[in-house]
Amino acid sequence: MQVVSKVREPLVTGGKTYKDITEDICRPVEAAPNPRWLAAFGVSVLLLLAGGYYLGDMLWNGIGKWGMNKTVQWAWDITNFVWWVGIGHAGTLISAVLLLFRQKWRTSINRAAEAMTIFAVICALLWPVVHMGRPWIGGIWALPLPNTYGSLWVNFNSPLLWDVFAISTYFSVSLVFWFIGLIPDFATIRDRATTKMSRLMYGMLSMGFNGSAKTWMHYEAVSLILAGLSTPLVLSVHTIVSFDFATSVIPGWHTTIFPPYFVAGAIFSGFAMVLTLMIITRKVYKLEDYITMEHIELMCIVITITGSVVGIAYITEFCIAWYSGVEYEQYAFVNRMTGQYWWAYWAMMGCNVISPQMFYIKKARTSIGFIFFISIVVNIGMWFERFVIIVTSLHRDFLPSSWLYFNPTIHDVMSYVMTFGLFFTLFFLFSKYFPVVNMAEVKSILKDSDSKVYKSRRTISNDVLPEADRVPVEEQG
Amino acid sequence: MEKNKHFLVGIFDDHDILLNAVKHVRKQGVKIEEVYTPYPVHFLEDALGYKRSFMPKAAFGFGALGTSLAIFFQTWVMGIDWPMIIGGKTHVAIPDFVPITFELTVLLSAFGMVGTFFGTQDLKPHKVPRVFDRRQSDDKHVMAIDLAANSLSEEELTALLKDVQAEEVNRKDFTDKENKGSFIEYVVDLFTNGVTESARSLNK
Repeated sequence: MQVVSKVREPLVTGGKTYKDITEDICRPVEAAPNPRWLAAFGVSVLLLLAGGYYLGDMLWNGIGKWGMNKTVQWAWDITNFVWWVGIGHAGTLISAVLLLFRQKWRTSINRAAEAMTIFAVICALLWPVVHMGRPWIGGIWALPLPNTYGSLWVNFNSPLLWDVFAISTYFSVSLVFWFIGLIPDFATIRDRATTKMSRLMYGMLSMGFNGSAKTWMHYEAVSLILAGLSTPLVLSVHTIVSFDFATSVIPGWHTTIFPPYFVAGAIFSGFAMVLTLMIITRKVYKLEDYITMEHIELMCIVITITGSVVGIAYITEFCIAWYSGVEYEQYAFVNRMTGQYWWAYWAMMGCNVISPQMFYIKKARTSIGFIFFISIVVNIGMWFERFVIIVTSLHRDFLPSSWLYFNPTIHDVMSYVMTFGLFFTLFFLFSKYFPVVNMAEVKSILKDSDSKVYKSRRTISNDVLPEADRVPVEEQG
Repeated sequence: MEKNKHFLVGIFDDHDILLNAVKHVRKQGVKIEEVYTPYPVHFLEDALGYKRSFMPKAAFGFGALGTSLAIFFQTWVMGIDWPMIIGGKTHVAIPDFVPITFELTVLLSAFGMVGTFFGTQDLKPHKVPRVFDRRQSDDKHVMAIDLAANSLSEEELTALLKDVQAEEVNRKDFTDKENKGSFIEYVVDLFTNGVTESARSLNK
C-alpha cells in the first residue's frame, strides 16, 4: 500500500501523467523559436557584441584601458570573477547536495541550475584570464607545463595556482555532471525526433542511451558518486577563492572567517540567480506545474538562511578586527563603513542583510513579483560585497602617499556587460535546444504526486483545486 | 555475419506492475533479455538478478591515482627538480599541497568513473541503440524476451506476459548487425536509415 502524506504538497501539480511530462518539456525544444525568445536572444547577443568590442579594445591597447591604478590593482575584474563563481555554486548545490540529502524537490530545477553553473563559471574564468593582460601567454604560464625556460615550474604554494586547479576542476566536473544528467532526456528527444538534423544532433548527444535496466543501474551509481564528489568540490572552490585574499597581508582580507563566509555568500547569490532565472523560465515555457510555488518558497528560505549567515559574517569581521588590536585592521573596517566607499558598504548591507529577512513573512515569499525583485536586489548586493572587500581594502594601503580612489571606465563597465551578454546568450540557447527540466528525474518522483494521489491529498482543502480537479464533497470521505 | 533476432516485447504501464512481472517471469524459468524504462526504477536490478554496480570501485581507484599523482608531482617539482624557498616555507610544504591534491583526486575520480561508465556500457556518439518501442523513453516500460533463448513457445510466452498484466505484447524482429562503423559511416547511415536500430529495421 502506498503511504501518502496529507500535509505535504505534491511536487508536480496539475495531475500530470508521464506522457504529459514528455510533451510539456519537449514542446519548446521541438517547436520553432517564438518571437519573445528571438527578441531576448537578440538583446543578449547585442550585449555580447557591444561588450566584446570594449574587451577586445582593452586587450589590443593594454590593461590601462581599465580604471585600475597603482594602488587598486584588483578592481572590477576580480570583483566580477568572485561574483560569477559565486553565482555558479547554487547549481551544484541543488544538483549535488540536495541529491545526497534526498530532497526530491530539486528534480524540477536542477537542470537549469546546473546550466547556470556552467555558464556562470565560463563568465568567471574569463576574468582572471583577461586580467593577466596578455591572456595568450598568461593562460599557458598558469599551467604546470614544461617550458622553454628550463626547470621553471609554477608555484604550488600559491593560492592563485590553487585557484587555477579549483576552478578548472569545478568547471570540468560540473560539465560532466550536467551532461550525464542530460543523456536520458536527449534519448527521449531522439526517439521523438521528426527531422534528420534533430535525429543526428540528439542521436549523437544521447550517446546511444536506450534506458536498459543495466545502464540505469550504473547510471544511478555514477550520478550519486558525482554528487558525492561535487559536494566537497563546491565547498572547496569558494574556500580556495577566499584563500586568494585570506593568505595575503592586506588589512580586511586576512581573516580565517573568509572560507565559510565566501561559501555562504556564494550559495546566497547563486540561489538568488536561480530564482531570477526560474521565475522567468516557468512563465515563458508554462512550467508552473513543475516549478511550483513550493519550489520557489523553499529557495526563498535558503536565501534567508544564507543571507543571515552572511550578515553574521559581516559583524564577526568587525569583532575580529577589534579583538586583534591591530590598528590597520581596525581602520580598514571603519573605513569601509564611513570612508569614501560608504555608499557601497551600505548598499551591500541593505541588499544582503536586510532584504532577505522579508522572506520571514509568508506573503512575501509567495509573491512572485516581490521574490523576483528581491532576487535581483540580492545579486546586486553580492556584487557590492565583492567590490567592498576588494576595493576598499586596496584603496588605502600601507603608504598614505599611494592612496587613490578607483573610478571605473567605460571599458570596465562594458566588459562586465559583455559577461551578461555571454551568460544570457548561452542560457537562451540552452533553454531552446535542451530540455530545461530533467524529465527522467521528474518522472521518477511522479508516482508520489499523480492525479489520484493529488486529489486525495487535497481533499482537506478542496477549494483551492482547479475546478476540473475538484473532488465532489460526498467522495472526500 | 548477419543473423536475425526475434523478440517478444511486453509493454507495461506502471513500474510496480513491471517489478512484480519481472519477478514472476524469472520464477517461471524464462530468460529476460533486458528491461527498458523511461526513468530509473529502484530494485529492478535486484529483480533481474544483476550484480551491484562496480562504479564506486572505479571512482575509488581513479581517485587514489589522482591523489598519488598530485602528491608525487608537487613533491618532485618543489622538492627535487626546482627547490625554492618561498615565504620561508620548507621545500616540501605538505599543507600547501592539500588543495591541488584534493582537486586532482576529484578530477581523476570523476573523469575516470564516467569514462569507465561510457566504456563498459558502450555509450558513444555514434552508437546505434536497439529500441524495442519508442515509448520506452517516454511513458512505457518494456520487457524484451529473446524467443530463441527460451524453451517456451511464442504463444506460451505471450500468455505469460498477459498473465503478469502486460498492456500489450508485440513481436519485434531485428537484423543483428554489429555497430562497429566509424563516425562518418554513422552519419551516412543516419541519413539513409535512421538513428536507432528500430528505425533501421522499419526502413528495411
